[in-house]
Amino acid sequence: MYFKVLLKMKKPEDELAAIKSMMERSTRFLSLSGLSGILAGIYALGASGMAWYWFYSPNSNTELLSFREILNRLLLLGMVTLIAAVSTAYLLSKKKGTAATQPFWSPASKRFLQSLFLPVALGGFFCFALLHESAFELIPSAMLLFYGIGLVQSAQFTLGEIKNLGFTQLLLGLIAAFFPDFGLLCWALGFGVFHLVYGSLMYYRHER
Amino acid sequence: MSVDSREGYDKAFDHVVRLRIMSILMVNESYDFTSLKLLLQVTDGNLASHLRHLEQAKFVKVEKSFSGRKPLTSYRLTQEGRKAFQAHLDFLEKLILQNKSFKSSTTNKQAEKY
Repeated sequence: MYFKVLLKMKKPEDELAAIKSMMERSTRFLSLSGLSGILAGIYALGASGMAWYWFYSPNSNTELLSFREILNRLLLLGMVTLIAAVSTAYLLSKKKGTAATQPFWSPASKRFLQSLFLPVALGGFFCFALLHESAFELIPSAMLLFYGIGLVQSAQFTLGEIKNLGFTQLLLGLIAAFFPDFGLLCWALGFGVFHLVYGSLMYYRHER
Repeated sequence: MSVDSREGYDKAFDHVVRLRIMSILMVNESYDFTSLKLLLQVTDGNLASHLRHLEQAKFVKVEKSFSGRKPLTSYRLTQEGRKAFQAHLDFLEKLILQNKSFKSSTTNKQAEKY
């Protein structure tokens, strides 16, 4: 009598696996692209390379520029890097989704973006406040910390590897807070190197 | 009464799509019709009929609202639906454990022969 309850063809292990898979697919944004993480890392390394050149290289003619102008350059560099990284993530994730017949805009993806939005938006405003108050040495740390919190919290709505990436950002953010001279280095490691590392991990695990 | 509840139980879960709907609603407070359709890859009519079955079994309840001007139909599990599905999950786990102990007991018996 009990066997009527099971699906005709399935063993209980298969049925349980099918149930769990459905639960995961409905709650997690699974088409987040690891490749976009790799590219974001490359963009960030390029950007920090440029910033390093402006600040520390004796070859550049930045002594001639006013502090205001250097700041404007950095802001522009930051904006361009951010826009490039976000659009790459959007385009590649959309592509990955249609390949796996998963719609991009789903309750899961909306939940992911919502949970990421609060820390990241707040981080942005806080960094502007730091700029306004000329507390420049804390800006890299703040960026890493707010972004790290966002990643850790939104990991439950997407691929789980994001959580560990979040923890590395938090650690680097704290180091940058106590050692502001290493701010740019921590930034380059967090947004650059570790995005490359985790992006590759995600890519090999989910896209090959 | 217990025979009836077991009958309703059968009908609710003996179809792949219905099982999937229950799985989705178990881990999402509510889920709308269109998202269900996209996730399950079924037609409007197919999905609607399965949802109706689950509604009749009192496992699922409908909520109709508006998203701006567009009508939005969402579904969520009832208390009974949650209980019934949890019972189904417990039943599956019990079955898996039984299979495992059966296998290990038969291999033990074979080992004892030698």
